[in-house]
Amino acid sequence: MARIDLDLAHAYKPHPQRDEDYALLPLTMTFDDGGAYALLGPSGCGKTTLLNIISGLVKPSQGGVKFDGVEVKDKTPQQRNIAQVFQFPVIYDTMTVAENLAFPLKNRGVPADRIKQRVGKIAEMLEMSPQLDTRAAGLAADAKQKISLGRGLVREDVSAVLFDEPLTVIDPHLKWQLRRKLKQIHNELKLTLVYVTHDQVEALTFADQVVVMTRGRAVQIGSASELFERPRHTFVGHFIGSPGMNFLPASLLTGAPAGATKLGVRPEYVTLTAPNTPGALPATVSQAQDIGTYWLVTASVADGSVVRARLSPDDVIPKPGQSVWLGIVGSHTCFYANEELVA
Amino acid sequence: MKLELQGIEKHFGAQTHLYPLDLTLVPRAVTVLLGATQAGKTTLMRLMAGLDVPNQGRVKADGVDVTGLPVRERNVAMVYQQFINYPSMTVADNIASPLKLRREKGIVERVAELAAKLHIEPFLARLPAELSGGQQQRVALARALAKNAPLMLLDEPLVNLDYKLREELRDELSQLFAAGTSTVVYATTEPTEALLLGGYTAVMDAGELLQYGPTAEVFHRPKSIRVARAFSDPPMNLIAGNAATLGVALAAGVNLSVPLPAGRSPSVTVGVRASALRVTQRPGDVALPGRVELAEISGSDTFVHVHTAVGELVAQLTGVHQFALGEAITLYLAPAQVHVFDAAGDLLVAPMKEGI
Repeated sequence: MARIDLDLAHAYKPHPQRDEDYALLPLTMTFDDGGAYALLGPSGCGKTTLLNIISGLVKPSQGGVKFDGVEVKDKTPQQRNIAQVFQFPVIYDTMTVAENLAFPLKNRGVPADRIKQRVGKIAEMLEMSPQLDTRAAGLAADAKQKISLGRGLVREDVSAVLFDEPLTVIDPHLKWQLRRKLKQIHNELKLTLVYVTHDQVEALTFADQVVVMTRGRAVQIGSASELFERPRHTFVGHFIGSPGMNFLPASLLTGAPAGATKLGVRPEYVTLTAPNTPGALPATVSQAQDIGTYWLVTASVADGSVVRARLSPDDVIPKPGQSVWLGIVGSHTCFYANEELVA
Repeated sequence: MKLELQGIEKHFGAQTHLYPLDLTLVPRAVTVLLGATQAGKTTLMRLMAGLDVPNQGRVKADGVDVTGLPVRERNVAMVYQQFINYPSMTVADNIASPLKLRREKGIVERVAELAAKLHIEPFLARLPAELSGGQQQRVALARALAKNAPLMLLDEPLVNLDYKLREELRDELSQLFAAGTSTVVYATTEPTEALLLGGYTAVMDAGELLQYGPTAEVFHRPKSIRVARAFSDPPMNLIAGNAATLGVALAAGVNLSVPLPAGRSPSVTVGVRASALRVTQRPGDVALPGRVELAEISGSDTFVHVHTAVGELVAQLTGVHQFALGEAITLYLAPAQVHVFDAAGDLLVAPMKEGI
């Protein structure tokens, strides 16, 4: 296991001039030994490039990558001793589940009794013990992907295990189980794990620290609650949460700190209030949806901005066309200038 | 369009893909086909479109029998999971293609209008390959809308997009559906997507149509455990129990006072939606102490998996909450919030809901 230090940038062309010339803008970050990290962002944000730089598939155009203080940017993935799990199962169909799990260990010349012990442990964690002697060819896609995960986790001596959207092929119902397995396994094995995904549930559940990325830039590194409660950048507020944070011109309400141009409030913290309550705005409801476990109310305020409120089924739910007052400013409200959090 | 399916079934060789079913779609509304992969959603859509012919039964469009009439001779628009466009045509020509086929007038204006609705105006002169996945699917959607067909079928159209893009496009689509006059069928595996689209939902499982009705009603009053299971994300908590004098007795001496109808089976299953479990107590609640197995965080919610005396439970808490694995926790449940199913899995009791 290793601590990973990144201090790098990656440009598409030899002499980058503008931000657009970079796949990854200059960044400095540290992945602690034994930590679980997620790189989260939409397609094209640079998360896979960053993962490939860590694994050694891509060499950064500037700066370097250190494993336990040693520069590795010219080293191959094998030399870096990295295990990887990809979107689609990478396994041997003709081998049994046990042979597949044992393969990375056999390759490294691990003694047979140790292999047996380790394979048994991983199979148990993944609840695949009964299938150990089954040929992989006959298994369903999700079982095959579980084998891939097992192969990634089976070696104890790797510097880090890297996952590239590993749950893509898994049915929604099974994703639950696998996310949980991964979390438990991390808790037990304490491997350094880096997990790339565009899915916020996977990232926030799996990782202790989530790196939110957009357009080649890491805009915030933080825990799930930091990203939810105090998004440092409007993109984080928008990207985390369904629906994301509401943004309004700060001038609509009094009490914004000097220089702040935008106010952000999550739909979970918007409330129905009495008229003229301080921190509230009048709004006209355009839609009220029963989302089963809660109501999602969409309304527009004076300047035409749209505000969404997530209300409890115990609330009196307003109807489309109705005028309401929405409580906006409270302890959870964030203020932004130039898309960056200021208060 | 009023589309009626009467006693249709579909086999491929010895395999049954659809068991006999009747379904009359509510005209000019959105019907969501909800079910896991292999539930029969795509098979059903292909029969609706006329891409396949049912082995048994009739398909009627506005009262006219169209069984066996090929898709070419029907007026149907389709959108698939994969982003399907004409690769050698510009975006504008792609959108215009159904209009040109019908030799319509005012094509340029109509294309501009649709492109504006789907936010792809800047790309009209480009080829589909020069666009991102989300933009390509917008082109396919614009072309389907251009057809202005009375029946529009969408087979998991957003599944290959990033979730944030999916959120945005789903919103826009439901507005377009609401403004249009087509009968829309939309297949998805995700319960939340069905709830966000609203309209009506047909729940499918293993080739069977289990229930059809207004989306909120099907969600709040699932006819059976199978429907509840298909229409809950996270899965509904199912707890085995026995009918007792004052309701239902669960394991470890937990009693729920839920009035049960007479004549039901002695053994029942209690269904508890994750959102019905809380960590704050209210009067009349039943307490379920346990241990945290995992807290999953979706961004807007935290799903806590808890090991309790009555079994493993999942609770949905609004916002982000951190729990350590193994931490002690007590969940609270109001007995009025549970569903009860009989031994055959049929609904006996559902929580009271206004309007449902």
